[in-house]
Amino acid sequence: MCLAVPARITEIRGNVAEVEVAGVIKTVGLDLVPEAKVGEYVLVHAGFAIQTVDEEEALKTLELFKEIMAHEVS
Amino acid sequence: MKFLSAYRDAALARSILDAIRKISKKESKLMEVCGTHTVAIFRHGIRDLLPQNITLISGPGCPVCVTPNRHVDEAIELCRRPDVILTTYGDMMKVPGSESSLAAEKAAGADIRIVYSTMEAVDLARENPDREVVFFAIGFETTSPTIAAAILRAEREGLDNFTVVGAQKLVPEAIRALLSDDRIGIDGFICPGHVSALIGVKPYEFIAGEFGIPAVITGFEPVDILQGIYMLVRQIEKGEARVEIQYNRSVPSEGNPHAMDLLFKVFEVTDALWRGIGCIPGTGLKLRPEYRKYDAVKKFGIEITDDREHPGCKCGDILRGLKTPLECGLYGTACLPERPVGPCMVSVEGTCAAYYKYGKRRE
Repeated sequence: MCLAVPARITEIRGNVAEVEVAGVIKTVGLDLVPEAKVGEYVLVHAGFAIQTVDEEEALKTLELFKEIMAHEVS
Repeated sequence: MKFLSAYRDAALARSILDAIRKISKKESKLMEVCGTHTVAIFRHGIRDLLPQNITLISGPGCPVCVTPNRHVDEAIELCRRPDVILTTYGDMMKVPGSESSLAAEKAAGADIRIVYSTMEAVDLARENPDREVVFFAIGFETTSPTIAAAILRAEREGLDNFTVVGAQKLVPEAIRALLSDDRIGIDGFICPGHVSALIGVKPYEFIAGEFGIPAVITGFEPVDILQGIYMLVRQIEKGEARVEIQYNRSVPSEGNPHAMDLLFKVFEVTDALWRGIGCIPGTGLKLRPEYRKYDAVKKFGIEITDDREHPGCKCGDILRGLKTPLECGLYGTACLPERPVGPCMVSVEGTCAAYYKYGKRRE
């Protein structure tokens, strides 16, 4: 029920946005993340963007975690 | 989406599993309180991959499963009115009420429409000014702001034929209720990633602060889940208790304050009835006085007094992690995905449905 998928914003019109999920374009409400910008990833749940997704942070923290884990179990 | 493939990397998943095996010594019972986690854990076979001293149990993480019959009965009563178009998420269609279900009512001629978004319900209200469009509002903090946004949109457009049956729930105080039940004995919480994307870290701090139990806000890809488990095990083995965020690409520590402001502009906190568990204080939402005109149950004077749940159904114990589906006499016999008795078998994210789909049968 709380399933949400990351999607990239391709266009913004007022408080709705066109987003792309795996090649499919969908229209979602931007009421909950009005500051989101074209090109950003957002989490889409039940027809609304509910949060922005930080792609760089994702990769950076994963690398950091790998280093910490390797140090802890060595 | 490069970051998604990184979180599905099999070699990395294996190395985290190895690391968990190396550091984990204590008997540890970890609970996930999100149905999306339950399904992901089964889909990736994570329960079977973990060392035997780590047990994963499923909590009350599916809004469909925890909706008591009273609200299903209210929706059924409303859909029987010829002036009503009842709109609902698809998951609620087959949930049995005390005597019927929305699927049975639709087959009998009721005008019930499945919607993906609350906005579709608002669109229907605009397109059908001579009908009353009622939305069956279920969900946790992930979904409830979208329900508030729909009510605010209906208000802006001056639609007076849009109302909701409010059955939403709040997660943190339900976790407190689980922690206060000595029979369950949880050593760590895998906290729900998408609820947390809205509420942030603070509402979980009592888990560590008051109960001394570690909690990790976790994402839904296989590497996310294993990393979350590793972070929990690390705390457990060191005797620490903190709330950590594994899923930080989508969960800023403050959550989404704008969405929560919208939610609490329209709703206020109340107590709520959870199926099979009973009333949990501070886990429900009711419309604020200035928005009560959007309450379908009040508007149509619906009063359900004879709601009852199936006496053999163990969903209540399963939702609290006290029993597994294999310990329910109805599981796999009288209760099957095609004719469910309890909601944990109806919803694709219910514990019983996940057990059944991924082949867990009695010996």
